[in-house]
Amino acid sequence: MSDHTLPGDFGAGTQTRDPYRLGHGSRNAVRSATGHGEGGPASKFVTVAYGFWIFLLSDIIIFSAFFAAYAVLAKATAGGSTGKDLFEPTRVAVQTGLLLTSSFTGGLATLATQRKSMAATQAWLLVTGLLGAAFLFLEVQEFAAMIGEQAGPSRSAFLSAFFALVGCHGTHVGLGLLWLGTMMAQVWVKGFRPDILRRLHCFGLFWHALDIIWVSIFTLVYLLGASP
Amino acid sequence: MIMLGKLDWSAIPFDQPIPLGAALGVFLAAAAVLGWITVKGYWPYLWNEWISSVDHKRIGVMYIVLAMLMLLRGFIDAIMMRTQQVLAIHGPGYLPPEHYDQIFSAHGTIMIFFAAMPFMIGLMNFAVPLQLGIRDVAFPTLNSVSFWLTASGALLVNISLVIGEFARTGWLPYAPLSETTYSPGVGVDYYLWSIQISGVGTLLTGVNLVTTILKMRAPGMGYLRMPMFCWTSLASNLLIVAAFPILTATLAMLTLDRYLGFHFFTNGAGGNQMMFVNLIWAWGHPEVYILVLPAFGIFSEIFSTFSSKPLFGYRSMVAATMFICIVSFMVWLHHFFTMGAGADVNAAFGIATSVIAVGTGVKIYNWLFTMYGGRVRFDTPMLWALAFVTTFTVGGMTGVLLAVPPADFVLHNSLFLVAHFHNVIISGVLFGAFAGFTYWFPKAFGFRLHEGWGKAAFWVTLAGYMLVFVPLYIVGLLGMTRRLQHIDVDLWAPWLMVAAFGVLVMIAGAALQIMQLAVSIRHRDKLRDETGDPWDGRSLEWSTSSPPPVFNYARLPNVEDEEPYWSIKQRAREKRPDTDEGYEPIEMPRNSPTGFVTAFFSTLIGFALVWHIWWLAIVGFIGAYATFVVFAWRDHGDYEIPAEEVARIDEGRKAAQFAWLRRWERPA
Amino acid sequence: MESAKNVGPKDASSSGSVAEPVLLPSNSKPGRHLLWIPAAACLPGCAGGVLDPQGPIGSGNRTILLNSLAVMLVIVVPTLVALLAFAWKFRASNSNARYDPEFTYSGRIELIVWSIPTLTILFLGGLIYYGSHQLDPRKPIPSGQQPLDIQVVALDWKWLFLYPDQGVGAVNQLVIPAGVPVHFRLTSASVMNTFFVPQLGSMVYVMNGMQTELHLQADREGSFFGQSAHFSGDGFSDMNFSVSAVSADAFARWASSLRGGGGVLNADAYRELARQSTKVPPTTFGHVQPGLFDAVAQQTLPPGPGPAESAASGEPQVSPKALPAAAAPIAYHPQAERAE
Repeated sequence: MSDHTLPGDFGAGTQTRDPYRLGHGSRNAVRSATGHGEGGPASKFVTVAYGFWIFLLSDIIIFSAFFAAYAVLAKATAGGSTGKDLFEPTRVAVQTGLLLTSSFTGGLATLATQRKSMAATQAWLLVTGLLGAAFLFLEVQEFAAMIGEQAGPSRSAFLSAFFALVGCHGTHVGLGLLWLGTMMAQVWVKGFRPDILRRLHCFGLFWHALDIIWVSIFTLVYLLGASP
Repeated sequence: MIMLGKLDWSAIPFDQPIPLGAALGVFLAAAAVLGWITVKGYWPYLWNEWISSVDHKRIGVMYIVLAMLMLLRGFIDAIMMRTQQVLAIHGPGYLPPEHYDQIFSAHGTIMIFFAAMPFMIGLMNFAVPLQLGIRDVAFPTLNSVSFWLTASGALLVNISLVIGEFARTGWLPYAPLSETTYSPGVGVDYYLWSIQISGVGTLLTGVNLVTTILKMRAPGMGYLRMPMFCWTSLASNLLIVAAFPILTATLAMLTLDRYLGFHFFTNGAGGNQMMFVNLIWAWGHPEVYILVLPAFGIFSEIFSTFSSKPLFGYRSMVAATMFICIVSFMVWLHHFFTMGAGADVNAAFGIATSVIAVGTGVKIYNWLFTMYGGRVRFDTPMLWALAFVTTFTVGGMTGVLLAVPPADFVLHNSLFLVAHFHNVIISGVLFGAFAGFTYWFPKAFGFRLHEGWGKAAFWVTLAGYMLVFVPLYIVGLLGMTRRLQHIDVDLWAPWLMVAAFGVLVMIAGAALQIMQLAVSIRHRDKLRDETGDPWDGRSLEWSTSSPPPVFNYARLPNVEDEEPYWSIKQRAREKRPDTDEGYEPIEMPRNSPTGFVTAFFSTLIGFALVWHIWWLAIVGFIGAYATFVVFAWRDHGDYEIPAEEVARIDEGRKAAQFAWLRRWERPA
Repeated sequence: MESAKNVGPKDASSSGSVAEPVLLPSNSKPGRHLLWIPAAACLPGCAGGVLDPQGPIGSGNRTILLNSLAVMLVIVVPTLVALLAFAWKFRASNSNARYDPEFTYSGRIELIVWSIPTLTILFLGGLIYYGSHQLDPRKPIPSGQQPLDIQVVALDWKWLFLYPDQGVGAVNQLVIPAGVPVHFRLTSASVMNTFFVPQLGSMVYVMNGMQTELHLQADREGSFFGQSAHFSGDGFSDMNFSVSAVSADAFARWASSLRGGGGVLNADAYRELARQSTKVPPTTFGHVQPGLFDAVAQQTLPPGPGPAESAASGEPQVSPKALPAAAAPIAYHPQAERAE
């Protein structure tokens, strides 16, 4: 709250070249706001990033519940199509490539913000968003095709769990795109203010977390599902 | 009528006098209060100082006000249930099943989600930043959003009283009963959306308080210098962060089943109803500890303060707290031993469940030894604490009994179970809430609660509580199952009558408690606490004034040991506290109506989704998004309190406190 | 059940009359405890509790329950006494009590404080392990008698009992031979319910698309109260049934009288029965189509229709006879299968 007088904020990360220093500072540095608490309240940047991490963990638990449901219901096809019948490995591979690349370009956008380069930041954020949108487009197409083949979520418990799990990830990507667009507008209008940089940092964490979840979906749903 | 989805005039229960009358009463009372506020011109005050406030103390108080209102609502449901069962021995009683089923569902839902949770969260919100020696929680505006989302959920539950119906499926909507096939009405939808909306609020509170406790402590306050209440709050909020997402996901699955024809828990197409039970209890059991752990913290503070001794075995207490926190995730299956799992599974979960009792047992012994060698003062908070340990131990014992699978095979879902969990929740959570309320009330408002009325309320409530739940234990052993709308077994009748009489006593207890509040407000000048330290406290919250200034501490305290305020007082015995440090300007977060406006839109969304008014839901979503953008767009999140202003406020506090501290110099 | 106390005389072969040690208000013994531990069996419509078991399973449950309670009381009572004693002794107004604010840690006490509950729980853990295996609902009751098979279907809102060997069935009325172990297989036509006869012991969930198992036995003749112990909707409070434990002869006579009495329960009749209804008086069926239970458990007969009344949503008409071919895989032991 009160620590705007403390050196740092976002700078607390960049100046030390250790932007993920989330409370791993020196124990003895009293009042240096290392985030340990013993030295007084951590800097706003540390607090926000830490809080967002906690939120992401809780989000991952939501996904865990959907993963668990999928694991329970994976065989409950009720005589309908199985994953082997429905999954298209090529499409999923392209989707994976798009999402991982978008994470990389998101990282490039972060680097650009550290250089305080507006043009590069906006450009890389735009590329990130476009890649994400392409990912989402392919997913919607896949869903539409499956529903067209009478393999919608109400066909069987397996498909319910599949649509819910993958759709939950897709919804996250969609909301991420909305957030990204808002952030681009904000950076454009407000510039590289500390609070905006904090939010960009959180967005970066969010986008990477979606990657991790996608990799799990790719492995546990598509690869295992398509294999006999 | 497409515009209004499924909503039409038939949703309003014109033919049912009880809900309609209740709704009319509530409506008139609300209108009267709003009218009074308007006439008195209190709206600007309310808006600026409360509704849009992001001060953790104000938000804490609002949580508790909400919790107390909902506690009354839930209590009225309880009265109706107990009277119905007495009046429906070999007869229909006065509540038909479709109404009675809503009442017990609403009772459980309201008591857990909208009374117990907000009460505990309110106390944590109020006390944790003060105890940590800081100026606010990590994310003050988010805190306000959390509160208003909780209020929004509570509002939706109460709207269901008049428009439509509430769930008739119990406080946990077991599938497939809660699926559209067997519950086609809007009741379950009201349940789902109100819990989802308030659940988001709870989750955000969890994130907020975990971050606050881990990252925002006063200089010098290491983990092992935190007051016990902060530790139990940390454990509780970690559980919120880890468990509430499971609830969100589970209810989302049920929502998908109901709205989009998914088959997670349906009878057909491969749905798995046992998965619902497993998932809901994977949240549900940690939830019990989310509620009771903060209460354990409150009792720890109280035992220590009112014994004039530090807490005995502090490290053991911390260890026991974290032990409970972790093990609480490994016991969910004991809620359904009777599902037909194998003996090994049942035995493993039975043993895991009783292992939790070790942590609780350690705590009980440590409280006991906190009193040993102390000077025990029997003020109202201490009475609640003593009543808690005695009755909670019994409730814990019956809980371990239910963790023994063969015993559970005959007691599951019986009134013995009902008596057990009321015995732990009322003793643990409700007594904890009342104790914490009495304990911190002077800190929040600057005057104490009236002791005489408080003690009367305590004894009457305790007696009523015994009279209600001891008979329920017995009638459970007689084989009576829960949620019966009428009774055909004569053997149970006398005990139900005793329980109904107990409810009358509890009504008297509640009335006394309301009287206590009214009398205390009336005589607030006599009960004024000038010193900020009405109980001879030991932790930091008592070192600031009552009520604390908006910034809590003019200078962040420098913590040098486990009981910072106690040592300040000890040092003050020897020398005058140094007063010559300068003041610096303080930046505090600005008020923001974001929380209120978001909750307004989320109520719209919830209501619209219950009634399938899709356009309104979309409007609500756009409104909520726009609110966030507006919030994100603001240029000044903080305002500055100039150093002179801080000095002026703090000088007053110091004068009063100094007089209080000098009290030690006189005896020598 | 060697642990079972209160095992009554096995008078299965005695007279055919249903001898009920009737507990009438007039001849009730004086004393308050009478209400909650009725001496023996009960009148129909009244119930003894779980502390008054009438069979080996119920006795086993009670023994475990009381033993666990005793184990815990051994530490709970002294703890509570010490608690109140400490609070009183160290009251602020008592100048005789020593004030010792430094007494905040003692390694010895910490050790004791952790070991007392740990040891208790260790002991109790043994009891839990033993009890869970001894009283596993799936475990057959050791007996010289051949167990009787009964299939149970929970309907909205009544209980259907099928006797596969006898080919008969009954609604809301369970007749069993006393002294003979009964092997129940249970399922639900619609929502979750729990089959529970307090005086016979262990209850078990019933769920649609699944079957659970339960072994119970009544030691002597009598009439017991049975109920659903899991809320299942508006008609739940009437989901009661009476259990009559009669002699083996009387049971055989009852079954054959049913067979002569008519009433056919086939798929169509079952669908009609599966509709929601309350306060269904006890009914019997002289002929039950074979395989009906499996058809319900395996969902070849569709789940109960719920309040939407008309089940006319074009359910596929699958005859129960064709069941093994059309059977969907079912979870036989529901929980164990998912417990990984």
